[in-house]
Amino acid sequence: MGDVSRPGTDSVERSLESTLESVDHAEDLAVGLARRAGFDEEDLMKIGLAVRESMVNAVVHGNRYNANKKVRFAASMNGSRFTVRIADEGEGFDYAHLPDPLAPENLLRTSGRGIFLIRSFMDDFQARRLEPVGTEVTLVKFAVSK
Amino acid sequence: MSVKLSTRQVGDVSVVDVAGRITLGEGSSALRETLRDMVGKNQKKILLNLGEVSYIDSSGIGELVSGFTTVANSGGQLKLLNLNKRVKDLLQITKLYTVFDVHDDEAGAIRSFT
Repeated sequence: MGDVSRPGTDSVERSLESTLESVDHAEDLAVGLARRAGFDEEDLMKIGLAVRESMVNAVVHGNRYNANKKVRFAASMNGSRFTVRIADEGEGFDYAHLPDPLAPENLLRTSGRGIFLIRSFMDDFQARRLEPVGTEVTLVKFAVSK
Repeated sequence: MSVKLSTRQVGDVSVVDVAGRITLGEGSSALRETLRDMVGKNQKKILLNLGEVSYIDSSGIGELVSGFTTVANSGGQLKLLNLNKRVKDLLQITKLYTVFDVHDDEAGAIRSFT
């Protein structure tokens, strides 16, 4: 990729296509920024997976691979706070009412673990509806975990 | 790098050596097709060697679950071998570690099939 952020910068923003390549790209951008900010390998794995899961939700479930829709990706390091924002242009998603993937009756489901993993791996996760369309999720990881 | 799958036979157990990434897209679909093909060939004892898996996401976890239930529904057994820390941690946090029969030793895993 030719548009990775420059060394020394503490934020990166991109408008990405609704493709799986964008998922990889966003993960690389986020992990690269977090690595420069000093996160250890364990946290880099968690950040990378959380960003991947969020991007998959935006590309697959939000924009449904629609070539006319973009995913806005932004990552920044501010003090000890590492923040990633990912916004799609989809119809919206009800993050408040998701089946518990740890419930015995759901353990053998083949999907439904993405949000759970994001919440498990990040210090904060928020989702909000955008007007007129779309969903934005915000992922936060602190350099020194709370 | 995406996923690389190779299969070998040890007695009546089919061992699938998995290397690379099991993520949404090529990685998870390749695993799904391999397992469905094996079930289609009536292979009942399948051991997934995940020792060289560098990355797995929720889609990949879903494929492991799908493979587990597909094989079980056909009257077979699917077991896991050589989980690295990353995969093991994910299976533990999703409470799937106890769902799967997980082994660290291939010979022991082979013997465990009934």
